[in-house]
Amino acid sequence: MLVESSSEQSAEPQAAAQPRGRRSVRAAGLLLSLGVLVLVCVASIVVGAKPVPLGDVWHGLFQNSGTGNDILVADVRVPRTLLGLLAGVALGLAGAVMQALTRNPLAEPGLMGVNAGAAAAVVTATSLLGTTSFMGYVWFAFVGAAIVSVLVYVLGGGRSATPVRLALAGTAATAALYGYVNAVQLLDSAALDRLRFWTVGSLAGADADVVAAVAPFVAAGVVLAALVARPLNAMEMGDDTARALGANLTRTRVLAMLAVTLLCGGATAACGPIVFVGLMVPYLVRALTGPDVRWILPYAAVLSPVLLIGSDIVGRVVARPSELQVGIVTALIGGPVFIHLVRRKRMAQL
Amino acid sequence: MTATPVPTAPAPAASGAPAARTHTVRAVRTAGGLSVRVEPRAVAVCLLLLALALATGIVLIGSGDFPMAPGDVVATLLGDGTAVQEFVVLDLRLPRVLVAVLVGAGLAVGGAVFQTLTRNPLGSPDMLGINQGAIVGALGVIVLLHGDATAVAVGGLVGGTLTGAAVYVFAWKRGVHGFRIVLIGIGLAAMLTAVIHYLITKANLVDATRAVVWMTGSLEGRDWTQFWPLLAVSAVLLPLVLAYGRPLRMLEMGDDAAYALGVRVERVRIVLLVSAVLLVASATAAAGPITFVALSAPQLARRLTRSPGPNLGASALMGAAVLLVADWTATNAFGERQLPVGVVTGVVGGCYLLWLLVTERRAGRI
Repeated sequence: MLVESSSEQSAEPQAAAQPRGRRSVRAAGLLLSLGVLVLVCVASIVVGAKPVPLGDVWHGLFQNSGTGNDILVADVRVPRTLLGLLAGVALGLAGAVMQALTRNPLAEPGLMGVNAGAAAAVVTATSLLGTTSFMGYVWFAFVGAAIVSVLVYVLGGGRSATPVRLALAGTAATAALYGYVNAVQLLDSAALDRLRFWTVGSLAGADADVVAAVAPFVAAGVVLAALVARPLNAMEMGDDTARALGANLTRTRVLAMLAVTLLCGGATAACGPIVFVGLMVPYLVRALTGPDVRWILPYAAVLSPVLLIGSDIVGRVVARPSELQVGIVTALIGGPVFIHLVRRKRMAQL
Repeated sequence: MTATPVPTAPAPAASGAPAARTHTVRAVRTAGGLSVRVEPRAVAVCLLLLALALATGIVLIGSGDFPMAPGDVVATLLGDGTAVQEFVVLDLRLPRVLVAVLVGAGLAVGGAVFQTLTRNPLGSPDMLGINQGAIVGALGVIVLLHGDATAVAVGGLVGGTLTGAAVYVFAWKRGVHGFRIVLIGIGLAAMLTAVIHYLITKANLVDATRAVVWMTGSLEGRDWTQFWPLLAVSAVLLPLVLAYGRPLRMLEMGDDAAYALGVRVERVRIVLLVSAVLLVASATAAAGPITFVALSAPQLARRLTRSPGPNLGASALMGAAVLLVADWTATNAFGERQLPVGVVTGVVGGCYLLWLLVTERRAGRI
């Protein structure tokens, strides 16, 4: 199977010829991206149905008096921004790890049915067991995400999967699972009322408890993703070469899938299904950094929240006085990127 | 010069199983020098499916709050029933069964065309955004315009057709390739799904419930007003697609081989795609997006007839039979509770899908 070989072969010799210059450029780019992320976070606290002046942001963050704008900043905007940050990091890293693992530019949690698995599990929990609290159904989201991600990975053909096959396996699983979700909602209209807002993918319900609950999972996922960066790099060159270079393939695959499950399950449980973030960001980042997973991961971790929080801000602004949920904005931005990606010439070889 | 996509290329010799199956093909020759290939097994399967569809249809008409024996149903259909029986059969239950037949046949033929053009057993319209487009159109009418059932159907038809056109336009790049149709369709489906969720959050709970019922696909309360437009569309498009069965079979061998055999590839493809999209969209407009019939019926037909190629006629009969059986199950198998038929096809289709993925994977075909 030909996998992105032309770009990798052209990029690697350059990197070897001028490693130091290239590395400092990449590091500078990462710093710049971090700066952008900070700006977007500040904008996310400022912009909304009630704009908050910059001075009040500082006041609300560090000298909370419990009145007016301080409440707004501390109890609404900051948790929302933090949740966007966590979910963005999680989705971006999950997409990047998945793409490296499957050597497939279309591997994405949303398209692979992981979100639908989490949704089906959450619907089951809400409807059959009457779970309503976030901490109650976060575990179900994990179990659903884990089962479906492994299932689609295996059914899609593992590392021999073509983009078409993987995408179809994911779409088919998604269709079946959403059929189930719809059926449950149909029989239980109370569940429909609760879940129709969850299934759209939104940061609006964020509060400090949700952020605190989801943070450990995302943190664990980030650590795991960082651990597998080097072996994933080796695996990009093919299984035999990776083995010759000393990578433990089975362990890397298990750890990588575990990382993806933790990251996606956490993000999906907290925000509902959000598609295309994990697809777009690693793809765009790859154009900046080249194929080195050790650079793709940090860039994706920084730029994904930029996209997610940025989309959330756009969603707050365009549909005033109501809001457009962030999952809708990312889908509408991501769809065209996906179509562009598919129309590229090189896809024909994949 | 166009490159053939690698991923879906089958490995005919490797699996070994097809070689073991010998199926007889007879040629019927006429005096004028014309000849038609007849496959006895395929003909037998078609007759069996027809009998199954007829039997299920009669049982379906006979079951409900006013139960009737199959003999009474047949007698009423032939014009020998009492006034009550005639009202129940002709005005209430017959149109529902006929809508089911046309919807099943339309979905199955549309699915067979899509699966052949994308050269993938999973490449059915349900997966490629046509259904999502139809849902967006219908939900737009339900949520934003609060329209009646006819307006919802028109919305579904328009949405599905526009999505089909968009898939074709975006997949066009010096010709349309199967794998690009699949991927573009999946991308559009993901975008449209977001719009669907948005529309559901905008709705009040009554509209949202109505929307979810529509999205599940149901034959409940279908009457002659749904049947006649569907019949008109099917009467034009089904024969058209069946007539294009031969070039469609050539296309399975790849664009280049089909060219060499005298098929005008792009023209055949666009005629078939437009017909398939219209068939699926009008079926969806009449009964909602009933999932997995388009995916499973052509594959089941192909396995039963054991003949290569798209098997359009057998697929159509299989689709009708599958939908009738599913509708009977949905209305009778859950005690008092009547479920929409889409729930049954969804669950059955999900199981079928798993099986398909496992077996096709083992054979290395997808």
